[in-house]
Parts: sequence; structure tokens; C-alpha cells
Amino acid sequence: MASAKSAAAAANGENSIHQKRIAFWRDERTRGVIAQVVTILVLAGLFWFLISNFLEKQARSAGPAISFDFLNNVAGFQLSFSLLPITLDSPIGLLIVAAGISTLLVAFFAAIIATLLGLVVGVLRLSHNWLISRIAATFIEIIRNIPLLLQLVFWYTAVLTVLPRHKDSLTLFDVAFLNIKGMFLPRPFLQEGAGILLFVVVVAIGAAVMVARWARNRQMLTGQQFPVWSVNLLIVMGLPLLAYLALHEPIGWEIPEKGGFNFKGGLTVQPEMTALIVGLGVSTAAYVAEIVRAGIMSVSHGQTEAASALGLKANLTLRLVVLPQALRVMIPPMISQYLNVVKNSTLAGFIGFADLFSVISTSQNQTGRAIECIIILMAFYLMISLIISSIMNVYNKRVALVER
Amino acid sequence: MSDTSMEKVIPGNRPSLPPPVTESGVLGWMRHNLFSNWWDTLLTLAAIYILYLVIPPFLNWAVFDAIWQFSPEVVQDGKQPQFADCTAISSGACWIFVRARFWQFIFGFYPDEERWRVVLTFILLVGSVYGLLSQRVANKKPVAIFFFVIFPFLAFFLLHGGLGLPEVPTSRWGGIMLTLIIAGIGILFSLPLGILLALGRRSQLPIVHLLCVLFIEFARGVPLVTILFMANIMLPLFLPPQFEPDILLRILVGVTMFASAYMAEVIRGGLQALPKGQYEGAMAMGLGYWQMMRLVIMPQALRVAIPGIVNNFISLTQDTTLVAIVGLYDFLNIVRAGSRDSNWIGTEMEGYVFCAFVYWVFCFAMSRYSMHIERKLHTGHKRH
Repeated sequence: MASAKSAAAAANGENSIHQKRIAFWRDERTRGVIAQVVTILVLAGLFWFLISNFLEKQARSAGPAISFDFLNNVAGFQLSFSLLPITLDSPIGLLIVAAGISTLLVAFFAAIIATLLGLVVGVLRLSHNWLISRIAATFIEIIRNIPLLLQLVFWYTAVLTVLPRHKDSLTLFDVAFLNIKGMFLPRPFLQEGAGILLFVVVVAIGAAVMVARWARNRQMLTGQQFPVWSVNLLIVMGLPLLAYLALHEPIGWEIPEKGGFNFKGGLTVQPEMTALIVGLGVSTAAYVAEIVRAGIMSVSHGQTEAASALGLKANLTLRLVVLPQALRVMIPPMISQYLNVVKNSTLAGFIGFADLFSVISTSQNQTGRAIECIIILMAFYLMISLIISSIMNVYNKRVALVER
Repeated sequence: MSDTSMEKVIPGNRPSLPPPVTESGVLGWMRHNLFSNWWDTLLTLAAIYILYLVIPPFLNWAVFDAIWQFSPEVVQDGKQPQFADCTAISSGACWIFVRARFWQFIFGFYPDEERWRVVLTFILLVGSVYGLLSQRVANKKPVAIFFFVIFPFLAFFLLHGGLGLPEVPTSRWGGIMLTLIIAGIGILFSLPLGILLALGRRSQLPIVHLLCVLFIEFARGVPLVTILFMANIMLPLFLPPQFEPDILLRILVGVTMFASAYMAEVIRGGLQALPKGQYEGAMAMGLGYWQMMRLVIMPQALRVAIPGIVNNFISLTQDTTLVAIVGLYDFLNIVRAGSRDSNWIGTEMEGYVFCAFVYWVFCFAMSRYSMHIERKLHTGHKRH
């Protein structure tokens, strides 16, 4: 009886504890809300402090606090390289767009060099040949432990030292030239029939895709193989070539002409740009090589053995068994390497190449429009980061392991 | 007679022969590692040829043909050394450029008679970092208090002046000293900020989480150069007029912002590496959030994150070269400025090679240390 009584009392006590509400400052949810409100208040206070300072300073100077009108003003400076037609009275806005395009162009070529060179170095690093593997490792360790800016100024000096002077320009069939002032290439321009040529290129690519599909389906059904690669190469290269010949030069070439001191016409690639592309590409290649090595090493040896037990040849083993699994490991770090190439291209200004950052910095110097310039700059890089990472994420999802 | 012939044919009774010469020793190693088939042989020969093209000319330039000693006129008559001293004798590297400028490369324009302050700060720094990381020092608490609480103030007064020491404005700081100061302060301040950001990113509170994600992704999405540019231009605009921040201070704010975002991601990796049981165990003990983090989670997460933190330090050291954009004379920039001096025009390559060598030794040693820590941490629970 007594024990039952005490049990009941205990149950009562428990009940009373449950009924009594926790003090609100001990409640986890209330605490969470309070913490967030405090965070917001502190941040809002900070921002209010900063912005009121800013407005106070702006009030002393004439004109609106923030305005993008300066983009229409004539820029007082020129770009040394631009894909867009830039004249002396082009507005600042156009110069910024042109510089953005050159930034992307440089990053694109550097990424290609980085991928190819990194792939080669990464595979060589895994070579059974001791000497080759040591050389690859030395390359990687040297590049990764030296600041990128130092590498860029080194390449720039090296490029300038190696190249010949104008008088002794190197030439390729008298249409392309190379000297200390840059690389002078024929500039393509569109003529009548260029639209048709573009159409033919699109058709050829479409046809190649159709052939590849048909060949795969046939192999699935009958087991017969089809030389997809050579046939598609013929289609993609041959059809546009035929169209080019039939249309009587739909694309013209402006060939640089040798003058007394410089070349006239054509497309000029300055040594700054060459140094930038080579420097960025080589430096990123070392990181790519490590990614490739890690990717290949992540595929277990049993996979290769199983593939050769099935009778696959070495190249098929690589293509069908090792690479698809290695890519899965390699893609996320590769995304950040490509992003790094774009971000690191901001070092262009140090060697005198007009990339987006150096043009914006010059515009800021000339117009004094700091906030606007920084907004444009940040928006550009954030947008690129977002686009590259979302494209690569879509691809990553496609190759990712489908788990049950 | 028959007995001896019998003995000769007993199998298994002969001494084993040594392996063929081509399978062991140097020859065997070379056969296996350099010439295992025709393709391998081709690669090896190509590699040897490339090394032949690169290494002898470089060694000739950097060592055998190089000028190491000042010319007699410089030593005896006190003439200013210059690049022409080298070009007159040899086409090799002109290392007297580095010798002539050596102390400037290390201390920048810091006044000669005050340089002991920098050296003292550096000795204190190395001593306390050794005390924090070494296993021989058992009680790390006083070292940690000294390093995190006293040392920053001490270093500030020693380097900048005050408390009776003459003031040295930051515009006179430079060289390796400035590089280490920027990287060191960046890491030191980004560590607590990174811990807070990492905790915020993993927080259940939606607004805190969102703010931390926004900050981290913003700082990681834009290049460091643009952050430095922003810090340099915007800080004076947004601060009260009477407070005009020093240019080095602006850069430090930018570098710290940038580094703390990367630090946050490294620490988040450490947090994610912990099994959930650690959190649950801590909560079952009745620990509150901050107690749980301080006593259970962070000590383990930070241990896992040490290699990542060291790697961050390496890349931050390399990234400090970018402060040249606002005209600070870090190590690389002061070397470049040195080779632009009219006495030394043409010595860019010497400067760059010296600079590269110093950076390389420092960063390579750090990365080996980080690999060593990683291996040490992995003992016991590494699956193979």
C-alpha cells in the first residue's frame, strides 16, 4: 500500500513538473528567437552607423550618392587589347564590357591549358617510371609553393626576354607573326554567306549527334560496332569545308602587314596576354594534376583487374571503367579550380593587361565612383561563380553515383 | 667413386644461386623503374634529355657563372655596388644584388636601429607557437594565454611603437617582415571568426544560418584582389570622418574577412567529420550549447582541421603578394622595386629566383608539416 502511495505521489510530482512551465529564458526556442533578433539588431546598428557616415560624407560633395550615369561618359583611356571595337570616344561602360570579355577569354584559354597539362602531369605523376614520376612531382611542388603573382611576373619577364625584336619577327607563312610586341594573327571578318556557313556547321554537329545515337542503338541491339569517331570527324570537318569552298570565302581574313615599327591590321595578342594565359594555365595545371592523381587513385585496383578479366583493352578500361569513376571524385574540386582561374585572372593588372579589375580600378580613379565600381566588380565575379558552379553541379549530378 | 657421383645428383642439396645481375641491385632497379619496356625507355630518355636542356644552363647561370662577391672597389673604396659590376665580368646571376639589398628585403624600410624590435617579436612568436604545438610542453594554458591575449598587444607596441619606444609608421614596414605580419594576423584573427562563422553555418537558427552562408559564399565567390580594393576604398568612406584608417589596417581587415570565410569552411569540415554521437553524448551530459562546443566538439573538430588550417596559412602567405595593389611593399614587391632601381636594372630574374626560393622553402616546409600532422591524426582510425 505504502509503496503504491509513494508511487502515486511520485507520479503526481512528475505531473506537476510537467505542468510547471519552463522559465522563458531557459526555453530553447525563445532563446533562438532572441539570439536572432539580437543578431539582426547588432547588424542593423552596424549598417546604420556605416551608411550614416557614408551619407554624411556624400552630403558634403555635390551630386547623387549613387548613380551609374558615369558609364555613359567618354573614357579618357584606351584598352591595349579588346575584342570589341573600341575608339577614343567610347563610353566607360563599353570599355568595362570589353574588359569583362577579355577576362573571360583569358580565363577560358588558361582553363584549357590547365586541364590538358594537368591531365598529362597527373598521369605522369602516377607513372611506374621513377624518373618521370619524380619530374612530375617536382613540377607540382615547385608550382604549388610559389605565389601565383611571382609566377606571372616571371613568365612575363621570360616571355619578353625570349621573343625577338620587331626587325627579326618570327613568321608562319607570312600570315602570322611573333615578336616582342606580341603575336600578330589574321583577323577573321564575316562576308556574304557567313550565315549559311554557320547553318551548315550546326547541321553537321546535329548529324554527328544523330550518327552517334544510331551507332549506339545498333550496337546495343546487334553488337555490331561502327567507326563513330572517324565518321563524325569527317562530317564535322568535311561539311563546313565543302560549304566554305562552295560559298567563295564567306569569312575573310585580314592579314597583318609589316610596317616600319609595328604591324598594321590583323589581330594582336600582346605578350602580357600570352604571359597571363601561360602563367595562369601552368599554375592551375599543378593543382589539376593533383586532382587527377587523387581521382585515378580513388578507383580501386580491383576495377582495373575486373575490366581486364572481361577482356577489355587498356584504352577501353581507361575510358569505360576507370575514368567514369574517377570523374565522380574529380569534378567538385575541378569546379573550384575553374573558379580559381577566373578569380586569379584579376592579377592581370600587375603585368599590364587590361582585365576587368584593372579597367574598373582605372575608372574608379578617374570618376571617383567607388561604390558603383565595386558593385559592378562584385556582381560580375559573383555571377561567374554562380554560373560556373551551377553548370558543373548539373554535370556532377549526371555522373554522380546513383545509389539505391 | 660411385658415392661421389650419387651425391652430385641429389636434388636440393646445392647452394642457391644469387639472383641474376639484371634483377637486383642498381641494374635491377633501373630495369624495373626506368627501362621496363620500349615505351618506358623512350620516356626515360626523353626525360633525361629535358633535364639536360634545363638543369645545366640553370646551374651555370645560378651557381657556376654567378657573381657572389662584391668587387674590390665596393669593398675597399665604399663605392655603391651596381649591376654593371656583374655584367662586366660574367653573364651569370648577379647575386650581389640580393646581398646589397638583403636587410631591406627582410625589414623593408624599418629604421636600422629599431630592427631589434622586429627580431624580438619574431622570437616571441616562434617560441610561443612552438610551445603551443610541441608535445614536450605539457601545460599549454599559460602559453595560450600569453599568445592569444598578451602577445598581440606586445607585438603591436614593439612593432609600431609607443610605451616609450619611438613610433615606426606602417609605411616603413616591408619585406618578409610585412609578409609574415599580414599572413600571421590574417590567420590569428580569422581563426575565431572562422569558428563563429562555421558554427553559424551549421546553426538551426534560420537567420543566423542565412547570414553566415551569405558572408562565406560572398567572400569565397570574389577574388582577393577585389576584396582588398573594396577594403581600401570603402573603409574610409563608411567610417566617421575623424577616423582615417591606416592603409595597412584596411588591408588587414580585407585579408581577415577573406581568410575567415576560408577558415570557416575548413572548420566546418572538421565539425562534419565528428560522429553525431559526440553531440548526443555531450547533450546527454546536460551540457548547454556553448559548453558542448567548448568542451567536447571544438577540441576534436579543431584537431581534425589543423592540416586544413596550415594549408590556409600557406595560401594566405602566397596571397599576401597581392597587397602590392595598394602600394604596400611586401617581400615580392620590395624585391621588384629593388630591381627597378637605376643601379640594378636588369636584375629581375635574380630577384624573382631569390624570392621564389624563399617562398618555396617556407611553403614547402609548412606543407610537409601539415602532411605530418595529417598522418599523425589518422593513426588508429584509418581504413585501408
